[in-house]
Amino acid sequence: MSENSNTKRQTNQGGMGPMGRGGWGAMGRAVEKPKDFQGTLKRLLLYFFPERIRLSIVLGAAILGTVFNIVGPKVLGLATTKLFNDLVARYLVEVSNQSIRNKLAQSPALSQQLSPIPGIDFGYIGRVILILLVLYVISAVFIFIQQYLMAGVAQRTIYKLRREVDEKLSRLPLKYFDGRTHGEILSRAVNDMDNISSTLQQSVTQLITSAVSLLGVLVMMLTISWELSLIVLVTLPLSLFIVTGIAKRSQDYFRRQQRALGDLNGHVEEMYTGHKIVKAFGHEGKAVAQFDELNDKLYDAGWKAQYVSGIIMPLMRFVGNVGYVFVAVVGGIMVTQGSLSLGDVQAFIQYSAQFTMPITQLANIANVIQSAMASAERIFELLDEEEQVPEVAESELVQTAGHIQFQHVKFGYSPDKILMEDLNIEAKPGQMVAIVGPTGAGKTTLVNLLMRFYEVDSGKILIDGVNITRLKRGDLRCMFGMVLQDTWLFHGTIRDNIAYGRDNASEEEIVRAADAAYADHFIRTLPEGYNMVLNEEATNISQGQKQLLTIARAFLSDPAVLILDEATSSVDTRTELLIQKAMSKLMKGRTSFVIAHRLSTIRDADLILVMNHGSIIETGTHAGLLAQNGFYADLYNSQFRGRVLKEEEGVLVDLVADHQQV
Amino acid sequence: MIKLLRFLNPYRSLLVLVLVLAIGQTAANLYLPNLMSDIVNNGIAKFDTNYIWRTGRIMVLVAIGGTLCAVVGIYYSSQVATGMVKAIRARIFNKVQGFSLHEFDTVSTASLITRTTNDTTQVQQVMVMILNMLITAPITLVVGIILALNQDVGLSWILVVMMPVLVAIIIVLLIKAIPLFTAMQAKLDKLNLILDENLTGVRVVRAFNREKHEEQRFDEANRDVTDIAIRVNQMIASMMPVMMLMINLSSVAIIWFGSLRVDAGKLQMGAMFAFLQYATQILFALLMVALMFIMIPRAEASATRINEVLEMEPEIRDPEEPRQATQQRGYVEFQDVTFSYLGAEQPALSNISFSASPGKVTAIIGGTGSGKSTLVNLIPRFYDVDSGKILVDGVETREMSQEQLRAKIGFVPQKAVLFTGSVNDNLRYGKEDASEDELRHAAEVAQANEFITKMPEGFDSMISQGGTNVSGGQMQRLSIARALVRKPEIYVFDDTFSALDFKTDAKLRAALKGETRESTVLIVAQRVSTVIDADQIIVLEQGRVAGIGTHRELMKTCDVYSGIVSSQLSATEIAEETA
Repeated sequence: MSENSNTKRQTNQGGMGPMGRGGWGAMGRAVEKPKDFQGTLKRLLLYFFPERIRLSIVLGAAILGTVFNIVGPKVLGLATTKLFNDLVARYLVEVSNQSIRNKLAQSPALSQQLSPIPGIDFGYIGRVILILLVLYVISAVFIFIQQYLMAGVAQRTIYKLRREVDEKLSRLPLKYFDGRTHGEILSRAVNDMDNISSTLQQSVTQLITSAVSLLGVLVMMLTISWELSLIVLVTLPLSLFIVTGIAKRSQDYFRRQQRALGDLNGHVEEMYTGHKIVKAFGHEGKAVAQFDELNDKLYDAGWKAQYVSGIIMPLMRFVGNVGYVFVAVVGGIMVTQGSLSLGDVQAFIQYSAQFTMPITQLANIANVIQSAMASAERIFELLDEEEQVPEVAESELVQTAGHIQFQHVKFGYSPDKILMEDLNIEAKPGQMVAIVGPTGAGKTTLVNLLMRFYEVDSGKILIDGVNITRLKRGDLRCMFGMVLQDTWLFHGTIRDNIAYGRDNASEEEIVRAADAAYADHFIRTLPEGYNMVLNEEATNISQGQKQLLTIARAFLSDPAVLILDEATSSVDTRTELLIQKAMSKLMKGRTSFVIAHRLSTIRDADLILVMNHGSIIETGTHAGLLAQNGFYADLYNSQFRGRVLKEEEGVLVDLVADHQQV
Repeated sequence: MIKLLRFLNPYRSLLVLVLVLAIGQTAANLYLPNLMSDIVNNGIAKFDTNYIWRTGRIMVLVAIGGTLCAVVGIYYSSQVATGMVKAIRARIFNKVQGFSLHEFDTVSTASLITRTTNDTTQVQQVMVMILNMLITAPITLVVGIILALNQDVGLSWILVVMMPVLVAIIIVLLIKAIPLFTAMQAKLDKLNLILDENLTGVRVVRAFNREKHEEQRFDEANRDVTDIAIRVNQMIASMMPVMMLMINLSSVAIIWFGSLRVDAGKLQMGAMFAFLQYATQILFALLMVALMFIMIPRAEASATRINEVLEMEPEIRDPEEPRQATQQRGYVEFQDVTFSYLGAEQPALSNISFSASPGKVTAIIGGTGSGKSTLVNLIPRFYDVDSGKILVDGVETREMSQEQLRAKIGFVPQKAVLFTGSVNDNLRYGKEDASEDELRHAAEVAQANEFITKMPEGFDSMISQGGTNVSGGQMQRLSIARALVRKPEIYVFDDTFSALDFKTDAKLRAALKGETRESTVLIVAQRVSTVIDADQIIVLEQGRVAGIGTHRELMKTCDVYSGIVSSQLSATEIAEETA
C-alpha cells in the first residue's frame, strides 16, 4: 500500500503528459522567490473575481471528491472485517465441531450439539461493495468536474492577463522598449505567463486536494485508533526533515548545475559564432580543451543534483514503509487482543500510506506557487510601468503643409546625458534637411522627437505653428512617412506590407504606389507577385527590394513630411539607382529629413544638421558650414576630399561610414 | 534515441549494477505485502504475537534493504545518465570544431548551438528520468504479475481484464491529446510571434497608427490559444479520475471475488490482501510504462537533431600526406577558380584568376553579392573550390594541412569577433608567446593603443562575451591588431575598414604599410577611398572578374568600376582623383 501511494504521487504530477512540468523533479530544484508574496497573491486573486462562482464549484468539487475518496478505505475495511469475523466464527465453529466429532464415537447424543457451519454474510459484503463503488464513482466525477472547470477558469484568467499585458505594451512609451532587450520583455510575456498558467491549471487544485487529504486522512486515522495514529505522527518529523533538509542541499546542487550549464552554453555560443576565427587562428584544440573542462564541471554538478534530488523519493518511501511495518505489527497485535478489527488495520495501513503523500505534495506545491508568484510579480511590474503622456482629445491640426520648427528644444535620454541643450531649427514646407554624422542616437533621436515617441525635456516642436503635444499621436504620425534602413516589414504578403500605411487602400492604389516606387516590376517577377508572403525576417527578398517596398508604402500613405535614409552600400548598383530615383520622386513637394550619405544630397540641402554622438553640434548650409571650418568642414574634407589627413587634436571624427555598416 | 544509446557502452557494467539494484529495490517493495499477508495468515488469525514481531523485524530489514538498493542505484544511475550525455556533448563539440563553414551554413550556427546545449539537456532529462525512476516500472510489472499469480491464479482474470482496458484508455487519450498538444503549441508559437513582431516593430506600428489593429491580431491569437488550451486541459481532466476509478474498481472486484474464493476455501485471507496490493502496484507500473512511451518521443526530436550532427562528415579534411610550403613566402594565386554554395543555382565565383605577391596590396571591390567575401574565404580554405586551384606559396591549398595553411594567414573578418578574456588574451589569440612589446606595437599599428590605454585596466581589461563593452570600431581595431600580432605571410581584411571612420582608416592603412612589406595584403572594400592606392584592384560583379588593374587603369577600362566610383564621389572629386 505504501508503494501504491508513492506511485500515485508520481502520476498526479507527471501524468499530465506533455503538459507535465517539473513533475518528479520539481522538488529540490532551485526556486525563485517573490519579493512580496502576499501583495502579489492578493492582486492575482482579483483576476479570479469574475470566475468566483465557477471557482467555488471547483473548490467544492475538490473537497467532496477528496473526501469521498478518503472514506473509501474505511468502508472497504467494513467488508474485510465482516469477512474476517465470519471466517473466524466459522473457524471457531469448525474447531468446536471437530472436537465434538472426536467425542461423537463415545456419546452419539452429542451430535445434537454440532452447530451448523455459519456462512459468510455476502449480502452485507455485497452492500458494502456497492456503497464503495458508488463512492468511487462519485469521487471520480467530482475530481473530473473540478479539473474540467478549472481548465476554463485558469485559461480564461491567463487570457485576460495576457490581453492586459499586450494592451499595456501598446501604451508604454518607447523609452521602455529601448531600455530593455526584447528577450527580457518576451520572457515576461511568454515564460512567466506559461509558468502562471500551468500553476493555475494544476497546482491550485492540487493544493486544495492535498490539504483536504492531509486533514481527512488524519481524522480517519484518529477515528480508527489513536495509538496507531501516534505511530504515524512520530514519522512526521522524519518526513519533514527529508523534504526540507535534503531538498535544500539539492537546490544548491541545482544552482551549481545551472551555473555550470550557463558557462558551458556561453562557451559553445562563443566558439560557434566565432568559428571562423577559431579556425583561422588554429584554436580548435584549445576550444575543445576548454569545453572539456566546463563539461566536466557540468557533469560533476549535474549528477550530484540528480542524485540528491533522486533519493528524496526512496527515502520518503522508506519512512512510509517503516510506518507501515509498525502499523502492521502493532495493529496486528491489537487485533489479536481484540481491541481492533482486521478491516480497521487494513484501512489504517491505507491511510498511513496516504498520509506522507500530501506532505511531499504540499512541499512541492509550495515551491511551484512561489515561483509562480515571482512570475506574477514580474508581470505586475510590467503592468505598473509608467505609461506615455496622455494625449489631447482633439487635434488642433489634422492637415499640414509641412512646416516644422524646433524651438529651444532640450532633450536627453537620461537627465545626466543631455543630447541637445537648446536646439532651434526650421524646415519650411518642401524643404530638405540633411542630417550628417554618425549613426545610432542621431537619426533615431530625430525620429523619436518628431514622431513624439519621446517627450522633449523643455522647449517645443511645432508643426505649422502648432505644438505637437496639442495633436493626437495618431494624427501627428499620419503626417510623417518614413523610409529607413531598418526596413520594417512584417510577415505577410507584399500587398499587405505596402498597404500597411493606409487602411482600405484599393488594389489600384497599391499598384500605383508600387509603380511610383519602381517596385512594381520586381514584384511582378516574384513567384506570387503581390501575394508573395514575406517570411519572418523578410529574407526572401533582397535588402534593396525591401527598401523599394517601404518607399511604395510611403507613396501610398502620402505624408506631408518624410524621414529618409539614403541608400546603402548593401544594395547592388542597379537597385541603388532605382532607390535614388524613387526617393527623389517621393521627396518632391514634401518637407524631408534625409540621413544623407551622398555629397550631392548634402550640397542641395536647405539645411544641414551635423550630428555627433547623438547630439546636433552644428547647423547651417553647406557653404555656411564650410566657412565655419568646424566639425563639418573637417568631416567633409576627410570624407569627400580624398585622403587628406588633418591631425588636429581632440576632434575625433566619428564614423560616417558607420551608416553603411548598420 | 536508440542510436544514442551506444554512448552507454562504457557504462555497461554499471548499467548491469543499476539494473540489479533496481530489481532488488522492486523485490523488496513487493515482498513487503507478502510479509504482511503472512502476518495476517499466521500471526493475527492464529493469535501469535511473537510471529507478528518476528515478521515485523524482517519487514524493517527488507525496507532498509530496498531503500539501500534504491539509494545506491540512483547514485550510479545519475552518473550513468549524466555521464552518457556528457560524452554526447563532448562528441558534438569535437565534431563541430572540425566542421568547415560549409557545414555551418547548412545547419546554421544557431541550430548548432541549440543542438549542443538544449537538445543534449533534453536527452539528459529523459535519461535521468528513465534510469532513476522509470526503470523499476517494467520490473514491477513483471515481478508483480509473477507474485500475484503465485498468490492466487484464480483472481488473475481481473488483471487480465483490467490491464488491456487501462492500456486502451491510455492509448485512446493519447491519440486524442497529442494532436491537440501539437496544435496548441503551434497557436502559442503564433501568439509569441505576433508579440515578437510587435516588439521589434514597435516604432513602425506606432508610426502607422496600427496599435488597434495589432491589438486585435494579438487578441485573436490569444483567443485561439485559450480555446485550445481549455480543450486540452479538459481532456486531461478526464484522464486522472478515469485512471483512479479503474484502479479502485479493480480493488473492489478483488475484494468481492476474493471473498467468494475465501469462502470456498480456495484462498487465504492474507493472500487476498497481498493480491490486492500487487494488483495496484502492477496497474500503477503499467501507467509508468505508458509514461515512458510518452517521454521517449519527447526526446526523440532532440536525439534526431543530435544524430544529424554526429553523422555529418566535414566536407574539408586534411590530405593524408600534407605537403609543406616552404619555398616561397606570401604568394597567393587563383587559377580559374569557380565556386558555388550548396544548393545555389549559380556559382558565387566563376573563373577567377589572379595572383598576389609579397609587399603588394590587392583590393577587391564590388556590389553586395558580387562574391568579394566568398573570394577571400576560399584562401584559408573555409570552403573548397568546385574547380580550378588556389595556390599559397606555390602549393595547392588542398594539399597542405589546414593548420599549416592557416598559420600563414592573418584573417580579419567582416564582423569582428572577440572572445571573453582580457585584451591581452585576445591579442595573443594567434600567437601564444607574443611579448608585451609585440602586443603594444600591434595595437599601435591598428590604432587601438589609445583607447586600450584609456580602458580601466589597460591591456588587462576584460572583454565581455560578444565584445559588448567595446564599440564596433574598437572591436574591429582589436581584431586587426590580433592579426598583426601573428606577423603572417598573408593578410586578409574582409571589409574590415568600413567600420572605421575615414581618419582612422587612413592612419591605419598608412601604419600598416610598414608592417606588410614582406607580406601580401588582400583587402575587401566597399569604399573607393580604401582601394584607390592598391597595387591591384579586382572588380567583381556577380561572381566574375569585371576588371583587374590600378585605379587609373580601371577608370578608363572598367565601366563597373567607374560606376561604383561615380556613385560615391561627385564629378569634381572624380576629376580631382584621376587628375
